[in-house]
Amino acid sequence: MKPVSAIGAFLVCACLLLTACRPEPEPHSLTVFAAASLTEAFTEIGEAFKDGHPGTEITFNFAGSQQLVQQLAQGAPADVFASANQAQMEAAITSRRVSSNRVQAFAGNRLVVIYPASNPAGLARLQNLANPGLKLVLADKEVPAGDYSLQFLKKASQDAGFEAGFTQKALSNVVSYEENVRAVYSKVTLGEADAGIVYATDLPKGNPDGVGVLEIPDALNVNTEYPIAPIQESLNAELADAFIDFVLSPPGQEILAQYGFSPVP
Amino acid sequence: MASPPSRDMRRPFDVSPPASLPVRSWYSYRWQVLAAPMLAFILLPLLALVTRVTPASLLSHLRQPVVLQAVAVSLRTTLIATLLIIVLGTPLALFLSQPKTPLKRLVDTLTDLPTVLPPAVAGVALLVAFGRQGMVGGLLADLGLDIAFTQAAVVMAQVFIASPFYIKSAALGFAAVDSETQQAAALDGANGWQIFRYVVVPLSWPALLSGGLMSWARALGEFGATIIFAGNFPGRTQTMPLAIYIGFEINLDVALTLSVILMGVSFLALILVKGTLQRQLPD
Repeated sequence: MKPVSAIGAFLVCACLLLTACRPEPEPHSLTVFAAASLTEAFTEIGEAFKDGHPGTEITFNFAGSQQLVQQLAQGAPADVFASANQAQMEAAITSRRVSSNRVQAFAGNRLVVIYPASNPAGLARLQNLANPGLKLVLADKEVPAGDYSLQFLKKASQDAGFEAGFTQKALSNVVSYEENVRAVYSKVTLGEADAGIVYATDLPKGNPDGVGVLEIPDALNVNTEYPIAPIQESLNAELADAFIDFVLSPPGQEILAQYGFSPVP
Repeated sequence: MASPPSRDMRRPFDVSPPASLPVRSWYSYRWQVLAAPMLAFILLPLLALVTRVTPASLLSHLRQPVVLQAVAVSLRTTLIATLLIIVLGTPLALFLSQPKTPLKRLVDTLTDLPTVLPPAVAGVALLVAFGRQGMVGGLLADLGLDIAFTQAAVVMAQVFIASPFYIKSAALGFAAVDSETQQAAALDGANGWQIFRYVVVPLSWPALLSGGLMSWARALGEFGATIIFAGNFPGRTQTMPLAIYIGFEINLDVALTLSVILMGVSFLALILVKGTLQRQLPD
């Protein structure tokens, strides 16, 4: 009885210590932290990269850029960070997980206004976003897409094509600030919202949900650059560099273009 | 038979040292020692949370509009949700407290489902049922009633997730009321409502109160179903857990302040639950 429980206690402690240790990195494994908007494009790029680098295992962590930065700041193991905006890349630099001189832009993106296939609010022009009673869903202002959406609404008020109170009216139509831009897309496709503002890249290939799209003119749009960088203490630095090179290479850029990303200017 | 080892075998849970041991060894504290890792694992994060926030910063952040709004939305919605759970859940608990039939067993299991279902699943389910394009929501929308993105949606998410705690507790409480006492009341001329009001409720109130408190505490912590079904709008649908989640990414102080409040309230609710149940024991 006595020795058994003592051995048991020792084994439990030993297990806890073992699991606390950092696992040895697999020689051909790569962990990529990427903005949620890159989910489909990077998954395909990952497959293509693996074809050129047999035996490589890629683990993706797709989430809001600001969430990824928090995880990086808390010491989450990663090799590459691809952010949806420069601000979150700056945050990663501040937390010393990324070196500023290793950051490169690899894609561009733009906002579009979307509405459900049934178009319950009869949306026909961007100006309609100020229609009374329209249910507008945006990403939260702390999510890059939400910040850009607010910038677009503010710019529009100063544009001759829009009425003076457009921003206020559109903002008073907001029924939810979603924590993630994909949630905006889901609520529009479900028909719960009359309109939402998402990235052009949030529309899946072939638009299977049949959502309506209103393009935002370049002058009012926020053309964003997606930066990518290796993580400083990466245990797979070479592979990380190879992955970034592949994203910037013509095959990588072609995959990005298929998912609605614009090339880096 | 009376030798020390066999005595030890007979009473494995005795904390006093076996007679064979001359001094108190670690063995006499073995259960305390072996229980410590689990206890420490539960306590450490809570302790870290409390020590991270100074009372001064707690008070200053409490005055922030984001925090005040979230507390107000949470209080309002959880109180309404708890009342609804009691009003709508009591008949279901009475039904479940009666002798078991196969149908009752099925209903019993269905009632429990929300406690094991991921709240996100509950949120999606509520959306496809009560959303504008949903099964029931479509009809309501025709009547001009939109539920999604309103405080009503927050309350519904909370009722869905938190009701099992009250229903289970109330059903157990009702089942424990002696049926002979009820029959005696009936013989004295009491009608169904009077038996319920003057016999069943007074005899089962600790179970009702503790169940209600547990449901309220669970409603207060509801997150997944709320953010999917009710969305996130400060002052309208942003409850404390939502503000913590959004705040974690931008304003850690707000998240920490709200976390400490929620932890304190949950702790208090559990103490009250245990207190009421303990008062029941001497009876």
